[in-house]
Formats: sequence, C-alpha cells, structure tokens
Amino acid sequence: MAELDRVEKSSHSLDKSITLPPDEIFRNLENAKRFAIDIGGSLTKLAYYSTVQHKVAKVRSFDNTAKEASSEKLYEISVQEEITARLHFIKFENAYIETCLDFIKDHLVNTDTKLIKATGGGAHKFKDLIEKKLGLKVDKEDEMTCLIRGCNFVLRNIPHEAFIFTKHADSEFRFQNTHPDIFPYLLVNIGSGVSIIKVESEDRFERIGGSSIGGGTFWGLGALLTKTKRFDELLQLASKGQHTNLDMLVKDIYGGSYGSLGLTGDLIASSFGKSATTDKEFSKEDIAKSLLHMISNDIGQLACLYARLHSLTRVYFGGFFIRGHPVTMHTITYSINFFTKGEVQALFLRHEGYLGAIGAFLKGAEEDNPNQYSWGENYAGSSGLMSVSPDINPMQRARSGTFDMLEMDRLERKLVNLPLLEDPSSYVPDTVDLTEDPLAREYWLFCFEDALDGVVKRAVASQPDLPEAVERAEKFRQKYRHKLQTLRQQPFAYGSLTVRSLLDTREHCLNEFNFPDPYSKIKQRENDGALRCYQKAVAALDALGWEEKQFALVRGVLAGNVFDWGAKAVSDVLETDRDFGFEEAKQKLEERPWLVDSYNQWLQRLKGPPHKCAVFFVDNSGMDIILGVMPFVRELLLRGTEVVLASNSSPALNDVTNGELQILTETIAAMDPIIQAGLKEDRLVLVQTGSSSPCLDLGRLDKELTIVVREREADLVVIEGMGRAVHTNYFARLSCESLKMAVIKNTWLAERLGGKLFSVVFKYELPTPPPPAAPPMKEEEEEEKAVFSP
Amino acid sequence: MADNGRSPEQKRPCHHVPQPGDVNGSTVDTGCGTVDSGCGTGDSGSSGAGGSRSSSECFDEEEPKLSRVRRRTDSCRKNRPPFPWFGMDIGGTLVKLVYFEPVDVTAEEEQEEVDNLKSIRKYLTSNVAYGDSGIRDVHLELRKLTICGRTGNLHFIRFPTQDMLGFIQMGQDKNFSSLHTSLCATGGGAFKFEQDFATIAGLELCKLDELDCLIRGLLYVDSVGFNGLPECFYFQNPSDPDHSTKHSCSLDNPFPMLLVNIGSGVSILAVYSKDHYKRVTGTSLGGGTFLGLCSLLTGCQSFEEALEMAAKGDSTNADKLVRDIYGGDYERFGLQGAAVASSFGHMMCKEKRESVSKEDLARATLVTITNNIGSIARMCAVNEKIERVVFVGNFLRINTVSTKLLSYAMDFWSNGQLRALFLEHEGYFGAVGAFLELLKPSEDL
Repeated sequence: MAELDRVEKSSHSLDKSITLPPDEIFRNLENAKRFAIDIGGSLTKLAYYSTVQHKVAKVRSFDNTAKEASSEKLYEISVQEEITARLHFIKFENAYIETCLDFIKDHLVNTDTKLIKATGGGAHKFKDLIEKKLGLKVDKEDEMTCLIRGCNFVLRNIPHEAFIFTKHADSEFRFQNTHPDIFPYLLVNIGSGVSIIKVESEDRFERIGGSSIGGGTFWGLGALLTKTKRFDELLQLASKGQHTNLDMLVKDIYGGSYGSLGLTGDLIASSFGKSATTDKEFSKEDIAKSLLHMISNDIGQLACLYARLHSLTRVYFGGFFIRGHPVTMHTITYSINFFTKGEVQALFLRHEGYLGAIGAFLKGAEEDNPNQYSWGENYAGSSGLMSVSPDINPMQRARSGTFDMLEMDRLERKLVNLPLLEDPSSYVPDTVDLTEDPLAREYWLFCFEDALDGVVKRAVASQPDLPEAVERAEKFRQKYRHKLQTLRQQPFAYGSLTVRSLLDTREHCLNEFNFPDPYSKIKQRENDGALRCYQKAVAALDALGWEEKQFALVRGVLAGNVFDWGAKAVSDVLETDRDFGFEEAKQKLEERPWLVDSYNQWLQRLKGPPHKCAVFFVDNSGMDIILGVMPFVRELLLRGTEVVLASNSSPALNDVTNGELQILTETIAAMDPIIQAGLKEDRLVLVQTGSSSPCLDLGRLDKELTIVVREREADLVVIEGMGRAVHTNYFARLSCESLKMAVIKNTWLAERLGGKLFSVVFKYELPTPPPPAAPPMKEEEEEEKAVFSP
Repeated sequence: MADNGRSPEQKRPCHHVPQPGDVNGSTVDTGCGTVDSGCGTGDSGSSGAGGSRSSSECFDEEEPKLSRVRRRTDSCRKNRPPFPWFGMDIGGTLVKLVYFEPVDVTAEEEQEEVDNLKSIRKYLTSNVAYGDSGIRDVHLELRKLTICGRTGNLHFIRFPTQDMLGFIQMGQDKNFSSLHTSLCATGGGAFKFEQDFATIAGLELCKLDELDCLIRGLLYVDSVGFNGLPECFYFQNPSDPDHSTKHSCSLDNPFPMLLVNIGSGVSILAVYSKDHYKRVTGTSLGGGTFLGLCSLLTGCQSFEEALEMAAKGDSTNADKLVRDIYGGDYERFGLQGAAVASSFGHMMCKEKRESVSKEDLARATLVTITNNIGSIARMCAVNEKIERVVFVGNFLRINTVSTKLLSYAMDFWSNGQLRALFLEHEGYFGAVGAFLELLKPSEDL
C-alpha cells in the first residue's frame, strides 16, 4: 500500500505558534502557481511553481563605428533581469499545516490559480481546511501515479539521486550515477503496507504485488508491544535492542549452523520464536528490534521474489518506513543482500519524501510540459539529505527536520550526454569522490572556506555602483559558509561531494544573492589586454618551424591556462603583480617530461592526416582563450580540421562564456583572416555547453551541442583546464581521440598526483579499440588511477 | 520412500548382507544384544546434515550407507533392528516422536523380551498423555501397519522441546541405553541435544537431515494411507472460506510439488522426485512467530489457547483494510476493499488500540502470518513453475482458519491455477522419516 491514511489523529495537535521566516521558507510565493500538496501520516509536502527574477550578466559589443573613441574597452557589460522558472518543494510536519496555509494565503499575490492538486492519505482529512484557507479547489490525484511520476522525474533530473546504503562503511551513502535509461525498475513503497510496482516507461507501470506487513505493522504492533506511540521512537528503541533475545536462531535449534543448507547459526529461524516458550519479560528495545528485523526481512524477501520473477535488477525502496532512517535502510539492505546473494542492491532515493508531491505537481503542470525541459537541483535553496538519526544528532534533526526544502531550476537548455562517451552508463565525471576520501575532503573544504573572503571581496567589487552589494555579499558568505559546515557534517547531503559540487554550490549561492558574474570586470580587462597581444603572438608562432610551432602552440595553451582566478596560488600572484603576463606564465610551467606527458604521441599524430572535426571545451577568458586556445584552433583550421568551440552558457569564475567568446572571436576574426575564413565558411563554430560550472559533466550537455558534434562527425575532443580535465573527466573514456590539457595550480593536488605546483597534464588518448575477441585492456587506466591514491 | 508404489505389506526377506565399504560388516554376526561399537563415533562426526543429505540421494543405490545407522541385529531375526523402534524429530518448539508398537509379538518373543522394553511399550501405548506436556495424538495412529516383516501400530507423540532434557533424563531413569537400540533423530535438536543424550542417558543418536526425513516420511505415509483413507486433503470451493469443505484426495503423482513446512519457522522445498529436491527459500515468520507474538500480545500460554482466542476474534479490528483507506476497492490496482492493506495498521491509532480485544489480536496475528506464508509460497510456486503446493507442519494442527485461508490465497491469487493440499499427519513426517531410516537397510535388501 502506498502512504495511506496513517494519520494518528491525537498525536499531533496543530501548532500555530511557529513563526515562519519568509526569506527562507515558501520563497517566491508572489509569482507562485500550480500548487500541489501531498499529506502523509506525519509530514506534509507542498509543491509550487514560481518564477524567479534574478540578475544575469550580459556582454554586448560596442558599436565600433559610433563610439570608437569613447572607450578602449571591447565590449560592455550589463546586468539584466532575467526570469527563470523554479520548482519549490517544502516538507514540514502536519502540525504546522494551518500556519503554513495561512502564510501562503498572506503571501500569495497571484490569483490565477484555482486548483490545488492533492495526494496522500491525509489529503482527504485536510481537504476542507485547504479549501477554506487558500480558496483553492482540492483536486485529488491517484497516489501511486503521483509517486511514479515523481520518481521518474527525480531519477531523470537529479544526478546522484539514488544511493546504496552501507552501514559502518567509510561513507555510508554510495551514490549512483544517473543512468541514461532509467527504465525498467521496481519501486517498493513501504507505507503502512507495501506496494511493489514495476515501472517500464513514463506512463506504463503496474502494481505487481504487495504485502500487508509494512510500516503500519511495525508501528501498530510496536505500539501494542512496547507502549511506545511514535514511529521515530520505535525506531530509536530498535536501534538499541538485541533481537536474539526473542528470535529463535538456527543455532538455538541446531546448537550451531545448518551446514548442508548453508544456513548460518545466527540466521533467524523463527521471529519471536523464543517469546513463545519463555515466560520471562522482554525489554522494549529487544521487542522493537525483533519486530524491525521481522518486517524488513519479510519485505526484502518479497521484493527479491518479485525482482526475480520480472528479471529486474534496479529496486528502489521508499515510503515512510524508509524515509531517511538509517536503521531501516540498513535492515532492508541486509535483507536484500541475503536473499539475492548480492545480485540485487537495495537503492534508496535522496528526495524520496517528495515523490508524491512532485508527481502531483507534474500532473497539474502537464500543460507546461515540464518533462520537456531539463531541471537542476539548486544547491543554494535545497536542504540536502538530513538523514541523521535523532540519537546521533538530536539538535540538528529537531531544527532542520522542521522544514526541509528542495528547489529545482528549469534549465535553459535540454541536457543530454555527449554522444562520444565510450559508455554513457558508466561515465563518472568526477575524478575524486570526496565522500569516500576523508583527507581530500578535509583539504578541499578548508580550501573553499579559505577562499571565501576573496570571493566575497570580488563579488562586492563587481558591483561598485550598488551600495547594498556589501550586505548581499555578507549574506552570500553566511549562506555558503553554512553549506560548507553542513557538508563537513554530512558530506552526502547533495549526493557525492566533489570539487565540482563545491564549485557549483558556490555559483548557486552567488546567483542566489544576485552576484551573477563577480569576475566580469576582471575578464573584461584581461580580454582587452590579451587581444592587444594576439597579432604579435600569432606572428611569432608563424615564424617557427613546423615542429617548434606545434610545441609552442601546446605550451601556449598551457601557459594561458595558468591564468585561473579560481586557483588561489594564481589569484594571489595576479592580485599583487599586475605585470604578470603570458611570458611570465610560460616561465612557471614545468619543463618536459611533464607529470603526464603524451606529447610525443600527439606530435606523431599531427604528422598524420588532419582530424575531421575537433570539439574544444575551453576554460578561462583572457590570455587563456585568446593567446593559448585561439592560435591552437587556428592551427587546427589550417590543417583542415573543423573546430567547435564549446564554452559555458553562464558565468563561472573567470571562465569565458559563450556570449563573451562570440565577441572575442569576431574581434580576432577582424585581425586574422584565417579565423575570419573559418567563421565565414562555417568551419569554426561556437556553441554553448549548457553549463555554468567551472567543471564539466559530459553526461549533461546542451542538446544543441551534441547535435553539432554528431552532424560534424567530431573525431577529436580537447578538454582544457584543471576543472574540466583534472577534477572532472580525468578518467573519462571517449569513443574518439581525446586530448586533456591542464596546469595543476594547486600544490596539494599536484603533490597528490606526484608533481608540484604548475605541473602539466598532457594526456592524449586513443579510443579503446573495439574488442576483437578478448575483453578490452584496462591496465592503462588502472595505472593512472594509482596516481590518485598515493 | 524406497518402496514408493510398492505395497509395504509385501513381505520381503530381511537380511543383512555386508556391503563393500560397510565398515560394520564384521559386526553382523555378533550375538543378540551386542552393541556394535564400531560405528558410533566415527559416524557422529560425519553424519551432520550435509552427510545425511546425500543419504537421500543414494537411498536406493547399491551401497546403502549402513554406517549411518547404528545397526545391531537381533539374534533371531538378524536382518532388522531390535525393538523398540522409534523415530524422533526435535524441532525448535516441539519434539515429535513416532513409536512402532508390534502387535505380532509371539509368546516366545515375549519371554525373551527384557522388562525394560515391555514397560516402555506399556507406558507409551496405555497412556495418551505423558508427564505435564507429552501428548499422544491417538486420532493419528496408523493401525496394523506391516513393516520390515512385523505388524504393529504406529503411534504419534509430541512434547515441547523445552522439556527435552526431562525426556533425556527419563531415558536415563528407565535405563534406555541397556536396550542398545539405535535412536534415529532429525531436526535441529538432534544436533543440539546430541551431547546431552550421550552424557546424561548414555545414548548415541543417529542424526539425520530434517528435509530428507520430511520428504521420506511424507511419501511413506501418503503411500500407506490413513487407515484405509487417503492421507491428503484439500478444500473444495476455497473462494468462500465459510462454506468450503474438506475433501480427501490422493497424492498419486506427487511430483513436482512445492512443499511448505510450517514449523517454528518455514522451509519451502521444490520436490522433483523422491530423492531430488531443493530448498527454495524459507521465512522466519512461522508458527513460532504466531505463538510468540500471541503470547506477548494476549498472554496466552499455549498454541491451543492462542487458536481458541483467534477463533473468536475479528482481525479487521486490528488490520487496516483497503476499504478503510479507499472507501471501497482500489480499482486502479485491482485490490478488493476487503483485502488487508496493513496488518495491525489500525493499531497505529491510540483509540483503536484501546478498543481492540485480545481475541482480535490473536486472530490478526494468525491471519498475518498465514497470509504472508501463502504469499511467499505462491511466489515460489510461480518462480519454480509448480502448481501443486503441499502445506505441512504443526502450525496447521487444529488450525482450520489457516488451512482455509491458505486454500483461499492459493486459489484467489493464481486465478485457480494453484491448489493448496494438506496432509492429516501434518507435523509428523520428519519423525516418520527418521523412523524409516532406522529400518531402511533391511527394507532395501
């Protein structure tokens, strides 16, 4: 059964005393529409769609003919208001429902909305209250349908949504990568009863079985046997109990194991079997523990029988019995492992509690067709996974457990995976999972905390005309510092913790406080400076012999890549030494042989036929793009290779954005006939990645880009920079040739890789040859991985 | 059974021929009452469950594993074990004992019979209750059974495993060891209490695998029938439990069958032939769980009391039904309003906890456990592609609520594809299997 009407009427009285902080909860209500509500036995989940007005940085070329004298600057930067769509999901205890409804009514300005979609067992009970308070008509939606819709939505849109749970492991949560194809799967929903649903596509699903022994049985029997009323308290009791006092184990019957059947002595032969024959008193804790084992094992067994019958290996568990409780996740995982002998892993979902609300919302928003867009979890506005059991961290739970939030932004572009990935389903963008690497985690969390002052300073400096920028920047500081603190406690809060996620979280927080592009001025200054050197640089290169030129081009890209404001070692230099230029950067570079050095193979390759089309994922603006990347691109064009320049859609650090790159390229074209011809002949194209991250997820790229890649039959992928080629994609395998170039601008990382500051990664790789008979060799990869685990 | 399909009445010469590998062959000719000392110890180490499992596989083969059974031949009829003939199944909750009472004892024989043996026979056959807790299921007695050349009655006795040490003590008091008989035992207790048998009563057990014994015993009892009537039965019209009626049937062609043994816990076996089977799965939610939960919830003292309460109760006062949630059927998923959505689901609510009766709770416990077993059994039947599901085990004793519920569940959820079958001697097959093991080699040869 789904989450049924397990509302315990007397246990929660409605609490009206709470005051809601409007900045934090129920945000953006002014433009809210399409409400949906999912009322369960103890928690209410509210969903609505809203539009967020926020500032975005835009660049625009000066009209050269008219304003030539007015400015030395190449383009102007303007901050514009943009409206984007955001989904808000809030979870709170039923006790607050009336207060919340009042709050919504007071803040809801838009009156277009007439309906509220409702699901969950409590929807019926609170129908009148909702209709009275909000003046919206309650429209009930089928619970199971909502659940499945919601599940499909989070699986498709939230990376690291699903995880396996391993108690006692270094990292209890092991997140799963989003599989390009989420179907088919089994959803085992453990509400008061259990429903087992097979999902084959967006619209095709079937309840293939179920059981009456579920969360309600644990709660109901538990309450009878232990006189403990609340579900959470029962779980707490269970976590302290010993099941062996009540359960009859195999060894109680056999004196040891039952060897011929492979049944170990500790296996439960008969749940509660000992309480049948002993008259002694049993502790509440022991009773709760036996009950928990009995129910978890039973559900696990049924789930396995159904999974086997339908040949399904992906089995997700949800419902209030699971909902973030480590105790139940552990017992269910144990049971599944036992019954399938490890063939099936129990999967849990980070946003499991929201599925019904998301589904109900989607039902109501069908005319907006939300499934045609890609959505992204907003790390700034989402609470993250708070699955700390009350006994581990009682305060934390009491406070943050009251209101939990999930916010999702509608992305401008539909995101799909790069068609050139060797195996999209096993692609993992991130090189190091900080959730599983405490040392690295410690370091990077420190790093980001340490860099925070600088980011705040730069954010303020980017908006000199806005006096309240200081205050906003301070709010940003608090928000991001709080996120870092949360992540220190719960590294799993937003899925696997990675350098990428730390960077992305910072971007989300900056955007949240309207600092869309703190580096805009710096980028502008550096772009201007670099453009002035372009022609000279190209002329110097053209004077070189072929081989020297190839090497100089590569060194150019690397030297350009030193100019990274995201790296503290560099930004400290750039802040103090205004004269630090391209030549100085070259001096910093490591001499060959580099830390990772396959330059000889690359040179050898260049002696061969030209590539058909190269996709170049670029990094920083200024020297990097103009003096490093552009001459390299120019050479590719000269060789007869088409070039696709892929840059970020929106700002991140000092990375060049697609908007900026358009202007820069046109300016360069005006100086350089080769670039000019490339543009004119459509052999040089600029496309956006769909990303606004300093890192690169090749699994989530702008669909337009992937179309270009496919149409032009790209046979070379160049990935540049530490964020894109080291923190991410270092191990990425592509089905075509690839070139990863970066300068390590962080001593700690360099040392970890066995190098030093300004070590060079130059990694030229060929695709894995199609296996003739034997399986493909993976040794090379293994070796390189070893570098990362000293 | 070795002689499945062959009339057990058929008299066959029973004699012991030493076999290659029969380490005890040399003891065949020892005189009456001599203990074969050679087989005991070497045996006990290897006769774990694993070993005896293979005994099932080579039941009929050329080399019966005589070493498995301690064999003492009696001087007059060398080829069968001396009396008394017992088979024992020591489960987690109950000990099941079958005792063969020969009715063809000749005067000469009676003369020879030691007092001890006589008193045991008398004690067991003239009582229906033993001590505080031993009970003879008189109604199950198999009369005039001829086996291994002897005719007699097979008695079925049970007592709680808790009293096992008392039983062993009695064996000591009655100087059972002086009879030098083999005591064939199966069930977990055969292993657990082995040491106690040895040290307290000076008895060495012949330990046998419980699943081997279960299948052997079941096939045997089914083949001899229940005093002229069939052993097997089912419920006609299972979809209406209030009016369904019990009908006898035969298990003529029993394979493949899914055998669901509900003792303290549950084992589910797929049986393909008399010596080819596999344990498909099991569940810890069995008879022990019913009684354990019932005694915690109601304070009941016995299985009988628990069932009596359950018979009077109404589980819907504790269970939440589909219609309690949806007001009727949940049509989207084809769930009937009367189906249980959440066992004990009403008990989440304080008011309902206060108004529920002990009888209701007993009934809900019974229904929950039974339905769960039915559900797992059904899934196994589908996964194993077996249509005949046979339920045995002492959980089903005097438990019409469960047998009818299982019949209903099998029928309903399979659209009539599956049929639940039951056997009259529900819990005794392991003990019968152990008993047969005692006689086995002579039967074979």
